[in-house]
This record gives sequence, structure tokens and C-alpha cells, in this order.
Amino acid sequence: MSVLVIAEHLNGQLAGSTLATLGAAKQLGGDITVLVAGKDVAEVGQQAANVAGVSKVLVADDAAYEHPTAEALTPLVVREAEGATHVLAPATTFGKNLLPRVAARLDVQQISDITGIVSEDTFVRPIYAGNALATVQSSDSVKVITVRGTAFERAEAEGGSADVANVDAAEVPSNVRFVDQQLTVSERPELTSARIIISGGRGMQNGDNFKLLEDVADKLGAAVGASRAAVDAGFVPNDYQVGQTGKIVAPDLYIAVGISGAIQHLAGMEGSKVIVAINKDEEAPIFEVADYGLVADLFEAVPELSQELEKVL
Amino acid sequence: MKILVAVKRVVDYNVRIRVKADQTGVETANVKMSMNPFDEIALEEAVRIKEAGKADEVVVVSIGPSQAQETIRTGLAMGGDRGILVEADPDLEPLTVAKLLKAVVEKESPDLLILGKQAIDDDSNQTGQMLGELLGWPQGTFASKVELGDSEVSVTREIDGGAETLALNMPAVITTDLRLNEPRYAKLPNIMKAKKKPLDTLTPGDLGVDTAHRLKVVKVEEPPKRKGGAKVGSVQELVEKLRNEAKVI
Ligand SMILES: Cc1cc2nc3c(=O)[nH]c(=O)nc-3n(C[C@H](O)[C@H](O)[C@H](O)COP(=O)(O)OP(=O)(O)OC[C@H]3O[C@@H](n4cnc5c(N)ncnc54)[C@H](O)[C@@H]3O)c2cc1C
Ligand SMILES: Nc1ncnc2c1ncn2[C@@H]1O[C@H](COP(=O)(O)O)[C@@H](O)[C@H]1O
Repeated sequence: MSVLVIAEHLNGQLAGSTLATLGAAKQLGGDITVLVAGKDVAEVGQQAANVAGVSKVLVADDAAYEHPTAEALTPLVVREAEGATHVLAPATTFGKNLLPRVAARLDVQQISDITGIVSEDTFVRPIYAGNALATVQSSDSVKVITVRGTAFERAEAEGGSADVANVDAAEVPSNVRFVDQQLTVSERPELTSARIIISGGRGMQNGDNFKLLEDVADKLGAAVGASRAAVDAGFVPNDYQVGQTGKIVAPDLYIAVGISGAIQHLAGMEGSKVIVAINKDEEAPIFEVADYGLVADLFEAVPELSQELEKVL
Repeated sequence: MKILVAVKRVVDYNVRIRVKADQTGVETANVKMSMNPFDEIALEEAVRIKEAGKADEVVVVSIGPSQAQETIRTGLAMGGDRGILVEADPDLEPLTVAKLLKAVVEKESPDLLILGKQAIDDDSNQTGQMLGELLGWPQGTFASKVELGDSEVSVTREIDGGAETLALNMPAVITTDLRLNEPRYAKLPNIMKAKKKPLDTLTPGDLGVDTAHRLKVVKVEEPPKRKGGAKVGSVQELVEKLRNEAKVI
């Protein structure tokens, strides 16, 4: 077996999603090759080479990959996938955008967002917003797979010493052009790797009130998330959204504030170790999944929580 | 300019689904079915482009059982001009759907394809990207804003870290995210009118596409249930339990 992992990286750093994907690759077994494409990414290539279990790193360092589109990366990935039995990428917006193009080019039915590996051709994946788990067996000669990061233990970032080889860029299509990007800058941990998350919903009433959550987040070193309703209402940016169609998270502690607990929201956070819900409606479905439910008005309970944490931490 | 929109008939998003006892799949008999929510958004976007005078025709395509005609009629009531049903199994795989859509595109020669980013039953998030690759067209996935130029379309995409804008040469593929627009409800007079709009039916055989599955469903199970439901009486008790019982802070 030989597994090709497409690395996701940001600002010169190998992404946590890549380490989780490498965790899945290790579970598969076989040789692991990592493909790093970007501009000035020698350092990222080195980081990949240091990951325990990686046997080889291919670095495609080219201006064409500075803001790589799926169209530009597909020919490169397809070329480097020659001989691989499995091609893996994280099930993030990066991997979801790219990998189906690769699968189509290889004439393979991709397996999206796997949460389990049964054998080298059989995988578990959630369907219907996680309300069912399907086990599927692939008959394709190459398995093209996106990996749900929260479902696999991350590979150790240190301990490896893989060979690094530079590879040329592949053909770059001219029918798509990067214009710009607006990235959210935050001092807080990233949602998908945070150990504690506090999320707000429509009950927060406005964006300013998210300061109440930030106050608690500061004390706990937590990330701040949101329901779709809160994002739609413009309280917070879209990349805060947790759920079926937002980010899938699985922190040790998830605190849901003013969130009712629609299945689409639960789909994104039900894997959390401990769930706390603060809601004034004791019938809210979020309480059915909460380990600790507090029926209270959030505008009283959250400031009190902040004070209480101040006392004990 | 012509826009083609792909709509899928799925279990309504409000239905609490049930896994079949024999673990072969999810119960869909006697369950409310609707248009995939992302596809409503796709259709709304297409109709808005037409209403703005930038497109002449919106073609609504669905692949599925004969009941998918209802989904297409809903699309026609929302403002689609014409429908195409490719009558096939309800559970075709995304690669097959993409190949069927490619064959329809070759017959219809649209300038723009709009799909949902993901079908809420299989949650695959593949079809639009696959179709883009099969056609050699560029893609703007997870779109939250679409601006049509003369030969280019500018698409703002939702990405994990924020947003990104791409310029795509047309013809192009767009897949929709939730914030792109708020789809309209079809009004009764439009529902009546939609009944008279043309709706053609094709088969995979007509389109020369093999629909064999590549993935075998070994089983479908219920996920493990969380046992929640416990309550605390005060913030103080909450903090105490998080520290001493759950040991997470
Ligand atoms: C295709 C599709 C995909 C979707 N994907 C997602 C997704 O990824 N993520 C997501 O979150 N949603 C998603 N949704 C939306 C989802 O169905 C719900 O509409 C949404 O999660 C509701 O958000 P909410 O709980 O914040 O708001 P509401 O359901 O309005 O709940 C607000 C809660 O706040 C409580 N509250 C109000 N005031 C107070 C107060 N003062 N103190 C305490 N509690 C208070 C209320 O009791 C209520 O329970 C999706 C929907 C569709 C159709
Ligand atoms: N059977 C189908 N008929 C029409 N469109 C489909 C079908 N399956 C998928 N699509 C389109 O492809 C999108 C993504 O679906 P998926 O890749 O299955 O998550 C959907 O939102 C639809 O726009």
C-alpha cells in the first residue's frame, strides 16, 4: 500500500487538519508520501518530513501555487498519485474543494469525510447530518478519501525524518484567477483544534453581546463559535459556524449558549467530550445532549460564569 | 445566456430520519421529501440573475425517480423555465450524477451551472467539483456572493479561515453555500403556471452513462447515542462539576 496525503497549510504552517489526515494514513498502514504545494513552502515541507511515520515529502514550490485553486492543483495531484493506492486530504474547505476534481480525473468515486477505517477498502462515514453511519466498501483501484479531522488522532509533529524531494509544477489552467481573500484574524485557538469552545446562538441577540462569551473564552483559553442563526444574523463572521454545513468540532468541553440544538448544529458538536448548555427554555433539544444543562437567562448566567471562573481558576 | 441548475429530491431537512432495522439504509417510504436546501438557493440565484436581465433561460435538471418531477415542478414554480428529468435510481453516486449532468450539459450548452454545495442526504459535497473537472470548467464552490460580468463571473467563497474571491471564465460551475441568498416560496399562481411548463424525461441509457455503483454499502447504523439530559441548579454548581467531576477546566 502507498498513501499520498495532500497537505493543507497556512502561513507557513502545516495545518492541524493535515496531522489528523496523517493520523488516518498511519492507521491505513503502508508508505506515506506527503505532497506540499505552495509558494515558498520549503519550511512546510520540512515540517511534513518531521512528522512521525511519513516516508517521503514532495514539495512543489512554485508561484503558480501561491493561492492554489482546485483547477491548478488537480493535474499536480493526479501526476503524483501515480502508483498510489490511496489519496487522502482533510475534509476541510480546502480538501472538499480539491479532491472531487482529482477523483473525477481518476474516474474514482470519492469517499467523503470518513470517521473510521475498517480495512484498506472499507470506511465509515456519517450521512444525514450524522444521524446515520454508513460503512462503505470501494471497488475502485485507487481510494480517494477526505478525512474528518476530529475522528482521528493527530500524527506526532516530531520524530520523523522523511526524504524531501522537489517536484515541478504541473500545467496551470488559465480559466480561473485568484482575486483576493479576507481571512479572519484571531488571537484565539482555531475552532477545529481548540480544547474548549464556547458558542453563541440567536439567543445572544447581537454581535456586541458576544463579548460576554469572549470574556469566558479568555479565562478558559477557549475558541468562540456560533450557530448558523447567529452567523446569518450577522453577529459573527461565517467561519465561526459549527454544524453540518459549518465546522465539525470535538473539544473536551463545548459550551452552547442561547442555542436551541437543531440537528444541523448537533451534527457539528455532538462528538465533544463534555457538553454544557445554557438556555432559558428547559424544553430546548440541546439539553438532550448536554451533560450539564443550566436553565437560565444567559444574560445573567454568562457574566456569573465569568466571575465564578475568575474566583476558581 | 442560459443557466442550468441541478436539484435533488431528498428527505426534508426537518424530518428526524430513521435507520432501517435491517441496516440497509435509511427509511424513505412515507417520509416527507423536498428539494435539497442548497439547491433551492442555487435555483434562487439563477432566477435572480434572469430577473436582473442577465440570463434568458433557467433549466432545472434532476436525476432520480419519477417523483423527482415534483421537485422539478417546485423549481419551475420558483422561476425555472423548463425541466429535465433523468429518470434513474434515487441513490446514484456523485460521480455517476456528474457524468449524467455532463451529458445533459453537452446537449444544452449552458453558460453557467449552479448546484448545491452538498446534498443533505449523502452529505458528499462532490458533484459540482466532479462536473467541473469532467467538463474542464472552472469552479466557484461554497459561494456566498456571485457577480456576473460579460465573460467572467466573480465568486466569493466561504473557506475555513474566512472568505476568498475568484474570477472564473464562463462557462463555469458554481456551488452554493447557505448565505448566498434567501430562496423565495413559490406562490400559488406560479405553481399553477409551472404545471404547463415543459418537462422532458431522459434515461441514463439515452445519455450513454453507466450507472453501476463503485461503493457497496456494507451497512447503515445509528450513531451511538449521547446520554445527556442532566441539569445543574446554579452557575456555581456548574463550575464545581466541570472542575471536580468532568475535570475539563
Ligand atoms: C441545510 C441546512 C444546514 C444547516 N446547517 C447548520 C449548521 O451547520 N449549523 C447550525 O448551527 N445550524 C445549521 N442550520 C440551521 C439550523 O436548522 C437552526 O436553524 C439553527 O441551528 C438555529 O440556531 P440557534 O439555535 O442559534 O437559534 P434558535 O433555534 O432560534 O434558538 C435560540 C435559542 O436561544 C434561547 N434563548 C433566547 N434568549 C435566551 C436568553 N436570554 N437566555 C438563554 N437562552 C436564550 C432560546 O430558548 C432558543 O433555544 C442548517 C439548516 C439547514 C436547512
Ligand atoms: N440526483 C441528483 N439530481 C440532481 N442534482 C443532484 C443530484 N445529486 C446531486 N446533485 C447536485 O449536486 C449537489 C451536491 O451533491 P452531493 O455531491 O451529492 O453532495 C446537490 O446540491 C445538487 O445540486
